[in-house]
Parts: sequence; structure tokens; C-alpha cells
Amino acid sequence: MNRSSFRSPLGRAIGLGSAKSGSRRWLAERVTAVALVPLTLWLVASIIAHTGSDYTVFIAWLRTPFVAGGMILLLIALFHHTALGLQVVIEDYVHSVAKFAAVIAIQFCCYGLAVFGIIATLRVAFGG
Amino acid sequence: MDVKTIAPATKALRIRPLSPNIQIYRPQLTSVLSIANRMTGVVLSVGAIGLVIWLSAAAAGPEPYDIVQRVIGSWVGRLILFGCTFAFFLHLCGGIRHLVWDTVNGFDLWSIYISGWSVVAASVVLTIAAWAAGLSVSGWL
Repeated sequence: MNRSSFRSPLGRAIGLGSAKSGSRRWLAERVTAVALVPLTLWLVASIIAHTGSDYTVFIAWLRTPFVAGGMILLLIALFHHTALGLQVVIEDYVHSVAKFAAVIAIQFCCYGLAVFGIIATLRVAFGG
Repeated sequence: MDVKTIAPATKALRIRPLSPNIQIYRPQLTSVLSIANRMTGVVLSVGAIGLVIWLSAAAAGPEPYDIVQRVIGSWVGRLILFGCTFAFFLHLCGGIRHLVWDTVNGFDLWSIYISGWSVVAASVVLTIAAWAAGLSVSGWL
């Protein structure tokens, strides 16, 4: 191989890898996935059970501690999983400076939406 | 990373085709489901925004909640919800398939195709079952 610089191939490669943080994200994606299996099935079943029910019935359901707690856990797991997943998609297809902007935007949107969802749930749970 | 940083200072640097060459590649169940898992993930991310809008409307009061319920209840709303339901079950079943793979099981060709077709069949059945249940609860069936 015809080298253009005096840096060794190893020297050029160091620092371009996962920087020893990749496995944590990989694991977090799996942990949130496992949590989302019962949580999302519960959500879908609940939505089906409340098809056609009016506002007061729905609010009475959502404000019980078990349901409000479940909904908050769902929002945390869902948006953590979403942020990790969308980041992988962006990192695979966007290879410019826009990558960093997109990854930051994804983080802001996901965790922002999670907070809005949690606040809405708490407002229903504790509201008058 | 571009090609030049990997192989610097070669005189005639040709841009070689990268695999998979999807223009001439015959799609198989494995690759289609892999792409589908990604696409349904992106679709469900949009669906997650819908969940937050729905909860926010419920917190805002009966009128905003009624507006959201009417949008969901419209034909376009139902069509989108049906698409999201199928995307959800495909991503759920595909995700469980991935979790099994994470235990280093089911990688031989026969298992891959059995699990792949199981994911497709389960997603279709669960989507139809969920909608049949929902429509029967609301008195449509």
C-alpha cells in the first residue's frame, strides 16, 4: 500500500470506532424493546376496549394509578427506543454534516415528546 | 467515510460498486423483512407523535379530545390507524425475531425462513384480529 502520510494504519484507525460506548446503546435498544412488548400490547388492548367510549369514561380509565403509571412507563420506553432506532437509521443513510444536526433534532424531538406525553398523563391523573 | 480516506494516493482510483447492489438484486424474504422492520419503525415514530397528541387532547379537555376522536374516526384517520396497526404488529413480531437472534439462535436458513413467514402471518392475523375486536366493541360487527 502506497502511504501518503507517516501515520501508521493503526494510528489512522484509532478513534474512528465505537469509542467503547456502542454496546450500551445496543443493549438499551434491546431492554426498551423487551419493556415495550407488554406495554404496547396493553396499550393496543386498552384502545380496542375503549373504542367508541366517551371522554368521561376514557379519563376515568386514564387517571387510575395503574393506567397512568403504565402510560408513563410506556412513553419513556417508547421514545427512548424511538430515539435510538431513528439515530441508527440516520447514521446509516446520512453521511454529511447534516447527520449531526439530524441526530440532535431526533434527540430533542423524542425526549421533548416524551415529556409532553408524561405531563399530559399527569395532568389527567392529578387534574380536577 | 469516503473512499479516499481508506485507500489514499492510488493513481487511478475507481469508484467500485458497493454491495448490496439493489438495482439488480432479487429481493428475498430476509432482505424485505429487514427493510420492512426499519420502515415500520420510522412509521411508528410518526404514530408515537399521534399518541402524544391524543394524550394532550385528553388533558386539554372534552372539546379538543372530541376533535381528535373525530379525526381518528374519519375514513382517512381509520386508514392511517389501520396502517399503523399493521406496522405495529410487523415491528413487534420482527422485533421478537431479532431478540431471538440476539440469543444466537435461529440463524440456519430453514429457521430464518420459518420465522420470517411466521412474522408475516402473525402480523396479518393480529392486525385483522385487533380490528375485528375494535369494531365489535364499538358495535360495528
